[in-house]
Amino acid sequence: MQLAVIQRILGILLSLFSLTMIPPLLISIVTIDGTTIPFISAFALILSIGLVLWFPVRNVKNELRLRDGFVVVVLFWVGLGLAGSIPLILSNTPELSITDAIFESISGLTTTGATIIVGIDFLPKSILFYRHELQWLGGMGIIVLAVAILPMLGIGGMQLYRAETPGPVKDTKLTPRITETAKALWYIYLSMTIACALAYWFAGMSMFDAIAHSFSTVSIGGFSTHDASMGYFENGWIETVAICFMFLSGINFSLHFFSWKNTSITSYWHDAELRAYLSILFMICLACASYHVIVGDYASFGRALEDSIFHTVSIATTTGFTTTEYQNWPGFMPILLLFSSFIGACAGSTGGGIKVIRILLLFKQGIREIKRLIHPSAIFIIKVGNKPISERIIEAVWGFFATYIAMFAFLLLALMATELDQVTAFSALAACMNNLGPGLGKVSQHYADINDIAKWILCFAMLLGRLEIFTLLVLLTPTFWRR
Amino acid sequence: MKIIILGAGQVGTSVAANLVNEDNDITLVDNNPAALQLISERYDLRTITGIASHPSVLEKAGAKDADMILAVTNSDEVNMIACQVAYTLFHTPTKIARIREAEYLNNTSIFAQEALPVDVLISPEQLVTDYIQRLIEHPGALQVLDFANGKAQMVALKASYSGVLVSHSLRDLENTLTGIEYKIVIIFRGNHPIIPDGDTIIEPDDEIFFISSQKYIRQLLQLIRIKEKPHKSIMIAGGGNIGLRLAESLEDRYKVKLLEIDPAKAHFASEALKNTIVLNGDAADEELLQEEDIDRTDVFCALTNADEANIISSMLAKRLGARKVMALINRAAYVDLVQSNTIDIAISPQQATIGSLLAHVRKGDVVVVHALRRGAAEAIEAIAHGNQSSSKVVDRAIKDIDLPPGTTIGAIVRGEAVLMAKKNTVIEAEDHVILIVSNKKHVAKVEALFQVGITFL
Repeated sequence: MQLAVIQRILGILLSLFSLTMIPPLLISIVTIDGTTIPFISAFALILSIGLVLWFPVRNVKNELRLRDGFVVVVLFWVGLGLAGSIPLILSNTPELSITDAIFESISGLTTTGATIIVGIDFLPKSILFYRHELQWLGGMGIIVLAVAILPMLGIGGMQLYRAETPGPVKDTKLTPRITETAKALWYIYLSMTIACALAYWFAGMSMFDAIAHSFSTVSIGGFSTHDASMGYFENGWIETVAICFMFLSGINFSLHFFSWKNTSITSYWHDAELRAYLSILFMICLACASYHVIVGDYASFGRALEDSIFHTVSIATTTGFTTTEYQNWPGFMPILLLFSSFIGACAGSTGGGIKVIRILLLFKQGIREIKRLIHPSAIFIIKVGNKPISERIIEAVWGFFATYIAMFAFLLLALMATELDQVTAFSALAACMNNLGPGLGKVSQHYADINDIAKWILCFAMLLGRLEIFTLLVLLTPTFWRR
Repeated sequence: MKIIILGAGQVGTSVAANLVNEDNDITLVDNNPAALQLISERYDLRTITGIASHPSVLEKAGAKDADMILAVTNSDEVNMIACQVAYTLFHTPTKIARIREAEYLNNTSIFAQEALPVDVLISPEQLVTDYIQRLIEHPGALQVLDFANGKAQMVALKASYSGVLVSHSLRDLENTLTGIEYKIVIIFRGNHPIIPDGDTIIEPDDEIFFISSQKYIRQLLQLIRIKEKPHKSIMIAGGGNIGLRLAESLEDRYKVKLLEIDPAKAHFASEALKNTIVLNGDAADEELLQEEDIDRTDVFCALTNADEANIISSMLAKRLGARKVMALINRAAYVDLVQSNTIDIAISPQQATIGSLLAHVRKGDVVVVHALRRGAAEAIEAIAHGNQSSSKVVDRAIKDIDLPPGTTIGAIVRGEAVLMAKKNTVIEAEDHVILIVSNKKHVAKVEALFQVGITFL
């Protein structure tokens, strides 16, 4: 462990992060909404913390090691999550407790999109923008984390992508590869955001709403500038734009990178995960739409289909936008959608959940076990896109899955111990751990009504889900800290 | 013809043995003196010991005035370099190399004149695979041979009591098989070739060779062998080069199981194949075969390297209820021993590969040579060139052509059309003529027929 290097990085990170106070600060100055002081003081505070951390160790220039990677990644989200709450604590509109502010900030940075605030429509513009900006930054971080760092750390079978991650060199050291990779990925991320914002704007949003929503769409966050989320606009075009960009953001960014580099879309078509992702979405859409028809709760089939597609894409990619109260849909549908968030989006995207590739591998492993029973002496090899997958990766995926479920069970019990009812506890935990956002029961609109301990547990769950469980858990083991 | 053969392995030896009988000067090169010793005692040929690609060795072998060099050593790389050396230093006109590795075969531009000058690439494993694949695709056939890029095909069938063929004359048969253009070109009764006419009556266990256009072959087989259902499930024993290739080419259309005894090889096969079930076990393990539904398997192919293992495992498979068993058998003596006994089809790799080589040794424009009955007879596809005065076949009716005894013309491929040979059919220039030579000693005469006189230049 090289604490000095980590401290230096954290210092730089916080100093840079303080700059994110500037855009909302400018907005507050222009709109005179009374949040100028909180943003200025937050800017000063975070910058000075950063500089104080950085200054004593500014000359330490050791290379980062693999093990330091875990600490840096965790500190990135924990540190920024805490720092990000500062302007929300300082601001009077909305009046948030420290717990609430931290919850909101972590929810933003992990692109969960669970909100603690009631009456979003009445918030000052600068605060609204700041929330979306947090998600957008979180999304950026996730892309780099998911495409470059996690494969290198080899978490939960993600070494699968190690060989295929874009970037000039395969190296055990973190820096040279990441800077190059990150640059390319951010260009893609940025261009997708711009395209999304323009599309929203053309579809009929105001400029402010378009930019804000493009931030939370591309990052698969799910914050909205309105309490009614996407339902506020009542505009089919906007919903279509949202569906397209949520879907695109749920695809592995390496694929975007490759097709951008080779200017051809063949890499999309050959990707087994993308195909699985598409078919899962298709099946859930089909199930919802046909059940709506059977139950007959929609007057028109067109509307039922549109809502089914929108909510399937929104929930399954773990974005969390809504146009209607899907929580009150009849039968199995709310739970089906909640379950679909466990599968989540593709690995290497901004989406949360277990990730399609892992589910695909688990599914294939299940099929293999059945085949093995029929042909005991046969040799079956799990392949994805005709490439054999090593047993080590399958083991890692199983380990990830088991730990995911175990952590879920443990945290669910903890939440229920804080006297949440079962539906609320289950859905809130699923929504937070999968970085989805809205749950069912008491947390279907916002998380304001639950107790503080539950909020802290959910904060932990959000970080756990975002950091693919092991990154965070590894820091909690004694073996990691032993020299 | 002066021919240098590099490599005295299975292919090299059997090619040498075949060519020696045809008045060729053969020099065999290998780095193993013991192997050469054995061959030089049995055949009338010259042997040179040394590394096949070395210029000095090639020179000693007489590369300077050789007509053809045939590189069939175990190593693709040695074969390629030997051809390069022969081309650069000795200007050998025809260079044939055995290349197995698909990596090379898929990039044919490597073998251009200015790169690695190889005139003909042969891949014996691929030829054997294709051969077996055709047998599986044509249930009931003992042999399926392609002519003119598959436009015409020849199939060999065994007449059985239950079929429609036995105790009918060929003239009767024409009434049964109406609507199909075909010709029975040769019948083997025991080891005796019979060139049939309309009155020939088919006896049980006769091996009958039909020739027809490709589109009719399947229909023909169906009419003759009414009982044969199309094959669905295939079990292959041996995950080596041939077994793996075969599984690869069949797995999309058939239910394929592959048995391999070596765990590492089985693992490799499983990685390479998509729909095939790869089993790690012994092909002669009765319990394993039963567990894997051998009694509901349509075709069992034993394709390991060991003749004995192939024979035993396919006999076992047959007894356990496999509908049809095939075994890859290298030794000619074994083939005669087991064919038509318990094993339905004995596949001789030499027979499958030798034809493609023979075509290049022949004088005249011979495109394809297929060995029938392990080389006892030959089916030859030759192109007629020239005009009435320069050629002995062009512009002549078939009955007027001076064919050697025991030789018949089966069919003619003219452009896209496949014509069955009749007495009065007139051969035109550029026709592909398919001939059956029932006695190999007359092959030279057939070649002479298709050589163009001096006047044609």
